[in-house]
Amino acid sequence: MDSLINLLVAAVLAGTPLLFGTLGEILTEKSGNLNLGVEGIMFMGGVAGLAGAYYYERAAQDPSGLLALLIAIVCAFLCGAFGSLIYSVLTVTLRANQNVTGLALTIFGTGFANFFGEVMAGQSESGYAAVGDTVKAAFAGIHIPGLSDIPVAGRLLFSYNILVYLGVAAALALSWFLRRSRKGLSLRAVGESPQTADAAGINVTRYKYAATCVGGGICGIGGMYIVMVTCGGIWVHDCVGGKGWIAVALVIFAMWSPARALLGSLVFGALSIMRLYVPLGIPTQLYDTFPYVATVLVLVFVSLRRRRENQPPASLGVPYFREDR
Amino acid sequence: MTENAKTAQREPLVRIVKRGDITAGKVWLIRALAALGAVLTGALLILALGHNPAAVYGQMIVGAAGSKIALVETIKIAIPLLGAAVAIAPAFKMKFWNIGAEGQIMAGAIAASYFALFYSQSLPRPLLLGVMLLAALAGGALWGVIPAVFKAKWGTNETLFTLMLNYIILGFEQYLQNGPWKRPSSGGFPKIAMFDEAARLPRLFGVHIGWVFVLLLVIGMTIYLRRSKQGYEIAVVGESERTARYAGMNVGRIVVRTMLLSGAVAGLVGFLQVSGANYTLTENTAGGIGFTAITVAWLAKLNPVVMVFIAALLAVLQKGSGRIQTEFLIPASASEVLTGIILFFMLGCEFFINYRLVLRGRERKNGQSD
Repeated sequence: MDSLINLLVAAVLAGTPLLFGTLGEILTEKSGNLNLGVEGIMFMGGVAGLAGAYYYERAAQDPSGLLALLIAIVCAFLCGAFGSLIYSVLTVTLRANQNVTGLALTIFGTGFANFFGEVMAGQSESGYAAVGDTVKAAFAGIHIPGLSDIPVAGRLLFSYNILVYLGVAAALALSWFLRRSRKGLSLRAVGESPQTADAAGINVTRYKYAATCVGGGICGIGGMYIVMVTCGGIWVHDCVGGKGWIAVALVIFAMWSPARALLGSLVFGALSIMRLYVPLGIPTQLYDTFPYVATVLVLVFVSLRRRRENQPPASLGVPYFREDR
Repeated sequence: MTENAKTAQREPLVRIVKRGDITAGKVWLIRALAALGAVLTGALLILALGHNPAAVYGQMIVGAAGSKIALVETIKIAIPLLGAAVAIAPAFKMKFWNIGAEGQIMAGAIAASYFALFYSQSLPRPLLLGVMLLAALAGGALWGVIPAVFKAKWGTNETLFTLMLNYIILGFEQYLQNGPWKRPSSGGFPKIAMFDEAARLPRLFGVHIGWVFVLLLVIGMTIYLRRSKQGYEIAVVGESERTARYAGMNVGRIVVRTMLLSGAVAGLVGFLQVSGANYTLTENTAGGIGFTAITVAWLAKLNPVVMVFIAALLAVLQKGSGRIQTEFLIPASASEVLTGIILFFMLGCEFFINYRLVLRGRERKNGQSD
């Protein structure tokens, strides 16, 4: 029982960066943009979040952990949105190929983050860029007197860091936005049929830009989570290491539904840490490939079972040029 | 007059007009301007770090081509890059987004290493190298064809499938390296043994003979894509699957066949890496080559001959960034940043080749003067 709770808690912690990446990409894809740059965007958000918290901590007389957390979130969001802005300019305005632009963004973002991570490390006295204990504490699990002390539910529900709750809130908010709000309806129209949306007076370009940039910002927060929580507030070379790509696959697993993204990221979070909790007698290197094998199985399964409600936005990956109608 | 002013106001500031045709000179001028833009953006970044851009760029070139040793190293970087880009070309031409060249290289490398490690005593050298080559072709082809079969049968997303296969084969290599293929004496840092002399590729003009293979590949692939019936089928499927079906082509078969080829060529690159460059198998045998090669292929517009120059340019960037790391303490990741910037500019400049911008009122004035 205890080890099962440990596994679940660890799965939630490991799944949260995937959740942010998946949510950001769902929002992006709902506008018809297939952004394969999630990996790069998460890298960019990761290094920007670390930089924000790190330089704030060094500049402030008496750094506040909560403010550092807030700065990290804002920096990660802005840098992720910046990466997506490059993507939007190239694909929406300059009509470049979406696949290749996304891959270019991944190459750029990975280089960008490793580059500035190493520049930061090179400039510090210790030789590595790490935040102090005060800031680290802001990214650690919370403790609510009373609630967190409830035997099982306390650990399962009230023991995580703030970003986990932010992720869940973002999933619920995105779900509401897409299904219940006027703007969400317009956005879905843009992703399904930009021609129709355009004829109905919806500004297709503006929606594509907005959804892609905000989506990229959300992905950026996922990258920041990896740096600040998973790696403990220090820049590790190549730290995102494929999680962005798993997030792209999770979008398919979740069938473009933010609520199902919650479940998907929990499952994939569990797969990525399972070897620490469930020994199966398999070599660790092979155990580490489980999330990727599972992704392949999901891809195959989804393609085998084509159902109407599970389909991607109809114009996903298809560029829209008004004159080409 | 007021009528005129009103229409002028309603007209957007900039209009986009598709170009009818454009001279080759103008195309290259636009591309050259984009390349210049990328170099200048990179210079701004270097400037922001407090270095002199001209000095840094200069040192990059010195580091990549300043001496014979440096040049050999640069060519050694360019060989697999070019080979992998050639491998990707037919798949991308078919609009099959194979981003699994990385894994296909690794699969070929593992297959070749198997024979290098376990048959180097029992086979004569030419036969051994031949078997390693064939094994690498088969390994790469196998790893490339799996997603193609699923794509052909059920339309499974190939981008993510090929990508996931990269990580799976990497895990398998790490398993071999830590388990069955580990050299007993390597202790805490598990390593696979160095290949016997017999399993190493000979050199020609100071560089392993892989460069001959790769140049032959460039010629072969150019002819295949431009002149053969299969190359034509690939182009038709890439342009429009419906047209291909209407013309009676078996699209599924073409997809599977093309990925067998693409994977096999990538597998060959894996063979060149283990047998020509490193003389052993490591987790860095593919080392991101499969991803960078996508850049090479796309910048060359999938033209294998142009790929030679693009691969050389990126190899210079990569080798040169090692130099600026030691000279200026600029992290070597700078080469990826610069590669990304070049890509962005090149992707963006295509727009100005296909379209031209018309400013408000420009056309009208021309009309009046007539």
